[in-house]
Amino acid sequence: MRVRTRVMSAVTASCALLALSGCASDMTKQASPYANAAGAKTVTLSVQSWVGAQADVAVAEYLLKKELGYRVDRVQIDEVPAWDALSQGRVDAILEDWGHPDQEQRYIKDKKTIVPGGDVGVTGHIGWYVPTYFAKKHPDVTNWKNLNKYAKDFRTSESGSKGQLMDGSPSYVTNDKALVKNLGLDYEVVFAGSEAAQITQIEQFAKHKKPFLTYWYKPQWLFEKVPMTEVKLPEYKEGCDADPVKIKCAYPHTPLQKYFNADFAKKGGDAAEFLKNFKWSEEDQNEVSLMIADKKMSPEDAAAKWVAGNEAKWRGWLPK
Amino acid sequence: MATATASSPVRDTGIGALLRHRAVGKLLLLAVAAAILVPIVNAKWASGAWPDALTVDLTEPLGKTTDWIIDNRDSHPLFVYVLGNISNGIVLSIRGVYLVLLAAGWAGVTVGAALIAWRVAGVRLAVLAAASFGLCGMLGMWVPTMQTLALMIVAVLVSVVLGMLLGLAGGLSDRVYRILRPVLDTMQVLPAFSYLLPVALVFGIGVPAAVIATVVYAAPPMARLTALGLRGADGGVMEAVTSLGTTARQRLLSARLPLARKELLLGLNQTIMMALGMAVIASMIGGAGLGDRVYQALGSVDVGAALAAGIPIVLLAVVLDRVTGAAGERLGDNTEDSSPLRGRRGWAVAGAVTVVAALAARFADRLEWPESWIVNIVGPVNTAKDWMVDHIYTDVPVVGGTADWAAHFTTWVLDPIRDGLQGMPWWSILLVIAALAWLIGTWQTALTAVLAMAATGVLGVWKPSLDTLAQVLAAVVVTVVLGFAIGVAAARSTRLEQVLRPVLDVFQTMPQFVYLIPVVALFGIGRAPAVAAAVVYALPAVIRITTQGLRQVNGAAMESSRSLGATSWQQLRQVQLPLARPALLLAVNQAVVLILAVVVIGGLVGGGALGYEAVFGLAQGDLATGLVAGVAIVCLGLMLDRVTQPTERRAKKGA
Repeated sequence: MRVRTRVMSAVTASCALLALSGCASDMTKQASPYANAAGAKTVTLSVQSWVGAQADVAVAEYLLKKELGYRVDRVQIDEVPAWDALSQGRVDAILEDWGHPDQEQRYIKDKKTIVPGGDVGVTGHIGWYVPTYFAKKHPDVTNWKNLNKYAKDFRTSESGSKGQLMDGSPSYVTNDKALVKNLGLDYEVVFAGSEAAQITQIEQFAKHKKPFLTYWYKPQWLFEKVPMTEVKLPEYKEGCDADPVKIKCAYPHTPLQKYFNADFAKKGGDAAEFLKNFKWSEEDQNEVSLMIADKKMSPEDAAAKWVAGNEAKWRGWLPK
Repeated sequence: MATATASSPVRDTGIGALLRHRAVGKLLLLAVAAAILVPIVNAKWASGAWPDALTVDLTEPLGKTTDWIIDNRDSHPLFVYVLGNISNGIVLSIRGVYLVLLAAGWAGVTVGAALIAWRVAGVRLAVLAAASFGLCGMLGMWVPTMQTLALMIVAVLVSVVLGMLLGLAGGLSDRVYRILRPVLDTMQVLPAFSYLLPVALVFGIGVPAAVIATVVYAAPPMARLTALGLRGADGGVMEAVTSLGTTARQRLLSARLPLARKELLLGLNQTIMMALGMAVIASMIGGAGLGDRVYQALGSVDVGAALAAGIPIVLLAVVLDRVTGAAGERLGDNTEDSSPLRGRRGWAVAGAVTVVAALAARFADRLEWPESWIVNIVGPVNTAKDWMVDHIYTDVPVVGGTADWAAHFTTWVLDPIRDGLQGMPWWSILLVIAALAWLIGTWQTALTAVLAMAATGVLGVWKPSLDTLAQVLAAVVVTVVLGFAIGVAAARSTRLEQVLRPVLDVFQTMPQFVYLIPVVALFGIGRAPAVAAAVVYALPAVIRITTQGLRQVNGAAMESSRSLGATSWQQLRQVQLPLARPALLLAVNQAVVLILAVVVIGGLVGGGALGYEAVFGLAQGDLATGLVAGVAIVCLGLMLDRVTQPTERRAKKGA
């Protein structure tokens, strides 16, 4: 009995001590324990799971290291948590964002902890795709109105009696469930659960020349390996996607954006200026992406190869 | 033997009849309760699916909670003074350990690890430790390995301290023990996946959140085994010590704790293994190190790179497991160590050699692992995987390809189970669960199981929960059939057991993320690969427990049955299996818990259901979806545990 009371009082005392010690510690301003370990200047970049974002980060990392003498840490985070991490300073920059109006409102307009960093130079577009080998044989599949006719071709054990529309990672922007319902399509949305699983499955289908219908996006390196044709959905008009339940139109074309932690943008010196200037084209990004994802080069080697061949492009990004 | 079986009906008038009588009584009572309740329920909400009237929508309150946390994280005293300090403490201590490891360099760390292994576990394990660290370096994973090691050291220390404090309280006071036991039970059936989101929301993405998630997962075995060790202290010894007029503290330090040394070491061992198991899952909330490498490799569909980062995790686990295990065995034998390097002197020599090695590497300017010593396995592994997939994916003559198997498994097994479960009226499912749990356990177990299952309905995820349940059931059947077959074979052949051991080690410790991609490549996306991954993960535990259970069957019983002329098949069926029943039940229970943990991760490869919703919540920072799915997973785990929990655990109430 005595032992227990003593243990209890010790616990209470240490709690109180912790609370009263006054050593306030704002955990929203803590860096990674591995950062700056060798006494170097570091930049932490968020990497999203798709390879385009990995290509952005690889090239930025390479130049930050070789030209500006920074150490770069990469952290893989999903899109929405990345905004939170950016606001807390756990990462300094997101190099490729596909549009998150809620987050922009909260962190840029209300809390002012994040600032926009300009265009990446790449325009993103989400859509439904079928493999080109199938579209050539059946040209009318490329219009959504004819999709029901082909539902039985796209059937899998997972979609049962309906056609399968394959969706990807849960972190991606998608209206597909609503679209299938509102357009009266005889399809079942099957979520691959991660981009890795989706790519593996697409490659597997393509190897055996099987028909499939998938949610996919541009720019993407996989198009080089598995040519795919977009299925036309009802045209996108400004505001037609305002109500996620009633949505009946295609996805917009989005110029992809960079975002920085507000402190980093102000005090990040050369690194911040360099990242602000960073802007390249879709072809450039695809070139690097393909080296990473298909040729299985390390991101560093892929970046080195691109940097060696495109000096004129990246010279302009360096701070004057 | 035949006569013994024939005479069994006669014996049944005794205990057997009573047992059956009790079971019938329970079922009768349930039937009466059902006869009264079902018509009422049916009249009120006449539908098969869970009635809307009985659900609670948590979307708004949970959304508000998220907003409150995000808005107050940088200003509210709770965060600034309490959680902020915890988080800061974690960051500082990991940084400290990491800097020490970096300063020691690869030579210092490898030599130091080998010497520690030598001191506590002997020369053979010292060689194993040195070779393992060397291999981590050769795979080009030195720095990530050190990051993971630093994170593990801190997480394990915190888990051990926390677990011991809880275990002490539970070991010394009956009342605390009674409160603690169900809490620990629950913590152990929680799939780690389910609490990543709340932890990440409060602590933000990053290392502190990863450490806290790891501690939640790894501390329970330490607490449980500490309490068990303290409670199991020999009564005679304790009385003798008390009669010497010792104080409570002296009794604890001089008798109870030393007597419980074995349990404490086993607890440490379990805690380390659980913590390493979390290393990769925690990378989903920013855990860095090896786990992050595996996760990033998964992002670019690179099995070779994932394996290169997965192997060091396996090596760390094997070394730590063997070393702590060997230390535990050494405690048992009391042979006097007479070598000149025993005790303090041995440790002093070990310390000195480590420092010399670290300094030597430093002066030779070889602090970092030399690039030229790195062996690249990424290319060959990917080639091998592609070859395998190309040749067995589909259209293999006679047996069919893996894709065809997966499709058949989905259509013929998974779909009927899922549709059957979802087609059953909700109250009938609750009744079945009540009957199963009550037959195995007490009315309390039955009540817990029913309430847990009902909670998934109340939370509004009845349908996806049944979908997940169907996947778990299918995977359990496959695992148990395979596991028992292999386990029986291993119990009868020592050579097979020896061959299996390293294979089982690898599959038990290899992070699931590493084999998710090969599994998709072989089985396509969907529920089938989720089930396959779960089977791979749970099979080793089932094989191990089965083998051990069969081996431990009383030698006298075996001997007497052999002398009666039983064939080896008769022996197995009529002596070994019945006598090993508790172990077999434990194997089923472990299969259920482990499979649930992985089926949920199957959300990443198209498993859908609760797993997908948990991943969705994590990816979108959506507490309403993620937390509800997480809680539902926990409820399913609780329910399954209660329905399959071997009676043995409850029988040892005093333990």
